[in-house]
Amino acid sequence: MLQGNDGPVPASWMASDFDAYPQQGRSYVVDIPHRHKYRMGSCGIAGCINTDGSMISGSKIEKMITTMGERENGLGAGFVCYGLFPDYADEYCLQVLYESDQSRAGLEEYLSDRAYIIKDEKVKTVAVPTMKPPFPLVWRYFIRPKTNTESFWRKGLDEEDYMVHMVMQINQADNGAFCVSSGKNMAVFKGSGYAKEIAQFYDIGRYKGNMWLSHSRFPTNSPGWWAGSHPISILDWSICHNGEITSYGVNKKLVEMAGYKCSLLTDSEVITYLWDLLVRRHGLPIPAASFAMAPWYYKDIDRLDEQLRQLALQLRITYKEAFLNGPFSILVGRSEPNVTMIALADRKKLRPLVMGVSEDGNSVFAASEECAIKAVQKDAETWAPKAGNPVVVRLGEGIVRRGTEAPFQGVRL
Amino acid sequence: MSVQTVVRLPEKYRPVVDHELCLRCKKCVRACSYEVLEFKDDRIRPKPGCVACLRCVYECPAQCITVKEMEPQFAHHAVFDPVLRRSIIAQSNSGGVLLSSCGANVEYMDIFSHLLLDAAQVTNPSIDPLREPVETRTYLGRRPGKVTVTDDGRIDLQSSSTPLVVMDMPIMIGHISLGSISYNAQAALFQAASELNIVAGTGEGGLHADFYKHSKNLCAEVASGRFGVTSHYLKEVSSVEIKIGQGAKPGHGGHLPGEKVQELVSQTRMIPLGTDALSPYPHHDIYSIEDLQQLISVLKESTEYQVPVGVKIAAVHNVGAIASGIVRAGADFITVDGLRGGTGSAPRVIRDHAGMPIEIAISAVDQRLQEEGLRDKVTLCASGSIRSAADMIKCIALGADVVGVCTAAMIAMGCTVCQQCHRGMCTWGIATQRQDLVGRLQTPVAAQRVVNLFRAWNEELKEMLGAMGIDSVESLVGNRDRLRYIGPNPRIAEILGVKHSGEGWG
Amino acid sequence: MASKKHNEVVIDVDERNELGHPLDYRELNEKIRGCISSGMEKVILKGVTGQRYIASAMDDPDVKIDIHGTPGNDLGAFLNGGTIEVFGNAQDVTGNTMNDGRIIVHGNSWDITGLAARGGTILIRGNSGYRVGIHMKEFNGSGPRLVIGGSVHDYLGEYMAGGTIAILGIGMEEDVSPVGLSVGTGMHGGRIFVRGAVEEHQLGTAAHVLPLTDEDWEELQSMIEEFEHAFGLKPSRCRDDYVKVGPLDSRPFRGHYDKTNI
Repeated sequence: MLQGNDGPVPASWMASDFDAYPQQGRSYVVDIPHRHKYRMGSCGIAGCINTDGSMISGSKIEKMITTMGERENGLGAGFVCYGLFPDYADEYCLQVLYESDQSRAGLEEYLSDRAYIIKDEKVKTVAVPTMKPPFPLVWRYFIRPKTNTESFWRKGLDEEDYMVHMVMQINQADNGAFCVSSGKNMAVFKGSGYAKEIAQFYDIGRYKGNMWLSHSRFPTNSPGWWAGSHPISILDWSICHNGEITSYGVNKKLVEMAGYKCSLLTDSEVITYLWDLLVRRHGLPIPAASFAMAPWYYKDIDRLDEQLRQLALQLRITYKEAFLNGPFSILVGRSEPNVTMIALADRKKLRPLVMGVSEDGNSVFAASEECAIKAVQKDAETWAPKAGNPVVVRLGEGIVRRGTEAPFQGVRL
Repeated sequence: MSVQTVVRLPEKYRPVVDHELCLRCKKCVRACSYEVLEFKDDRIRPKPGCVACLRCVYECPAQCITVKEMEPQFAHHAVFDPVLRRSIIAQSNSGGVLLSSCGANVEYMDIFSHLLLDAAQVTNPSIDPLREPVETRTYLGRRPGKVTVTDDGRIDLQSSSTPLVVMDMPIMIGHISLGSISYNAQAALFQAASELNIVAGTGEGGLHADFYKHSKNLCAEVASGRFGVTSHYLKEVSSVEIKIGQGAKPGHGGHLPGEKVQELVSQTRMIPLGTDALSPYPHHDIYSIEDLQQLISVLKESTEYQVPVGVKIAAVHNVGAIASGIVRAGADFITVDGLRGGTGSAPRVIRDHAGMPIEIAISAVDQRLQEEGLRDKVTLCASGSIRSAADMIKCIALGADVVGVCTAAMIAMGCTVCQQCHRGMCTWGIATQRQDLVGRLQTPVAAQRVVNLFRAWNEELKEMLGAMGIDSVESLVGNRDRLRYIGPNPRIAEILGVKHSGEGWG
Repeated sequence: MASKKHNEVVIDVDERNELGHPLDYRELNEKIRGCISSGMEKVILKGVTGQRYIASAMDDPDVKIDIHGTPGNDLGAFLNGGTIEVFGNAQDVTGNTMNDGRIIVHGNSWDITGLAARGGTILIRGNSGYRVGIHMKEFNGSGPRLVIGGSVHDYLGEYMAGGTIAILGIGMEEDVSPVGLSVGTGMHGGRIFVRGAVEEHQLGTAAHVLPLTDEDWEELQSMIEEFEHAFGLKPSRCRDDYVKVGPLDSRPFRGHYDKTNI
């Protein structure tokens, strides 16, 4: 429920201190549907990045994800593009799904109290004849948080935490608005439908970026909730996830203790917050964070050299609640400090993940199935990363890790 | 003038001998420390006082003894059941506080039996623990909450390192003191702990010189009596636990009668021969939470921060808040002992009527610590009638990192739960200091049986984890999603944070 | 889309439907079956884009399917005869539960290649993924043969109850093992030949490094020969380069259960 703005600052900085915010009735296109519970599914994931900074059209990722037709059943798909707003690269881009104009007015009032809206625009959408209405209204805001307000300094947060806090508030409230992405120089385009339909709905071919990730769903139960589709995103993080985490209850505990609010009730959402917590807030290098989420077996840890063994044990024991048990393969995107794609599979390698690189080495691809890579890059050299071993590809740097290296290569002690 | 007030109670059990099969070897007569059997007129004849310890049955080479539970001889009454009437008669005889041992013997809500575990089907694969690794290694101690990364991006291993005890399975053998059990029995438990690479509690009676060889698998108990607690002892063991209370007798102390304080016990406890060993009800240096902090700190200081220091409390109604205070006071691990937990001696009124079941207690503590952002800092140990691998698994799913087991280990060694420990005449050589009885327990045999039992439980844990698609036990800790309630009182499910059977995920 | 040449037919499958999905596998398999029943001995598929279950349950020993492009999961599942040759990479679960026939891949095949195969031959020129040759078994005197030219990841030959796997490690550094961890875990039949070392820590439960017998060497040589013939590569023919992994017991877990009537 919404509460007043006064009162003591809660110990947990993102506790339910919702600021006053209007409520209204709605369908479930945007807000969490009534009786919505846990969602699960088996899905397709695909990603591509040009490490030389050249642009990739949305139609390329569309081709990748639709190639894996067996991996979707029309109940959800989405895309995320990085590097598509070079003119507003320093502003947070909020991409919001609205129930109605009225809900938009409500959120805009909330936003303008907390941020300078540098620019806002209606996101172009197309009524796709094969898709079932209702469709959300999609709006985009480039904002800069007002760091001189009382609500900012009273929370004692840095700017990024403040943004997380704001998005959590918006998405927790039953307000006909759902912020699907909030990072710099990136935006999420997702909804309920086949990947092709979602691509058409957003006219995805009109966007160009340095990196795209995409997801198509095969959920075993779904109310057709637009906001619940993938990618799941917070700040500049976005996650496309295939699999089902058997440790969800444990992982949720950790992110909730760290102040995140799980409003989507999916394991994928928890994974997103774990990356933010471990890498942005705790400062762990990507291989160390990956190790926490997909650790080695103790018997294998015990074979490491003493110092690395200590590192491995400390990561595993300290972050035992971050250990993602069960089958998964994920693609993780980030725009800071530079556009980066991370691909990671569970430590038993129970979900598929194939990587590919073009002959010139500039274009790197990731997908659930090799056919998605070969469909857009016939000459791609493909490889399979090892279980629990992250692939890291970064703009300007190329392939930083192939996912076949020693676990802590690149981690400094 | 003394008045003869004693009224005889009807017998509860009687050994029945098949005289045709009986060999007249009289082994049973020698076996019975309660002197229930005698050999008279060429026959084994029972006298009153059988406790159904079954030692005679075990010893009889002809297998001709059966212990029969006698029909209640009281007239039926729905309210004044026979146990109540026996209690009233006994207390009218003696004017005393009724003593008993083992855990609560009333049918208090066994919630474990009302919980069902989950298994993987289709959306994630189950795992075969015989072929693919399923890990049960568990660490005991404080965790730093985060791994330290320096401003220039290096991982600083030193600053987030804490003392931890490694165990090969999430099982701890609970604290059972030398005194409450025999030298041979404690030797067997310690040997089993070493072999299994788990931790066994020393109990409050100090550590016998012979047992220092197992010290890396021992947790030293610092109870209100401080028996045998020396700096040497504290530095040698793997972990130290301050015992505030025990599930079987929350708020109660301990009383080892002088007759048990013979040379061995006297030496180990560092008290005079033949005196009563009294454990005060509270620690008289702990009258509040800040005092607990003081004791934790002095133990850490004295052990130079090399061993984790924990606190054991009985499960009482405000256990969540108490546990949170204990974490803030600096404890590295907390043991919560539920109302059905065992004891070598406790007033029946406390044993059967005070505290709360471990299922609710551990869940309340886990949830409270999570709410306060403390759960990722400490190890939680739950004890108090963990009777099987199933109990252990459910207890872990309710929030325990480790379970403490005592009674089951006693049963593995021979105990039949006859509940006479407080009398010190244990025919199995476990809860006794009588030399003739102690010798009946063969340490290597008993140790091996405990090893077998816990190995089997650990295999069952792996089987169940694998079935749930989980390949390491830490991913089950507090994972209530994988539990469902199917008992009569859905309010309990709500308190446990567990959904009702039939409800899906979420 | 189909063109004929003697007993040979080409099917070009490079088309997409309104959802952007490649040609439906049902249509493709129907076409393949149609060609076979009309007497074609060779079916050439071009532009294959992830279609699953290609040639599943095919059982005509004289038919050959050539695949250009990337076939999808479960290629040749329940295969009972005939030859499938892929000029590219295959995906997951190639040769699932196959009984007989041959699958030749001029590239890599990813996870779970040869699951539960009971017979036939799978030859992979390049690398394969996790759980390769899992639960292959021998029955009625026949067993499956699986040859991987490069390397594989963990759980090779898990549950294996028969058949032969050869990992040739072509192009691998001398000191790098071409197999991962948990090799042969739970195996209770069959044999795995690995070029290069298999260290103790790589072995799964119940799997052991065993001496290579003359009979083993003969079988391995014939598998290498078949591999050479298929791909024109020259793997090591030096007997000392290979180790054998196998079970010591056909019932390795018998002590695990307690049958007491409680």
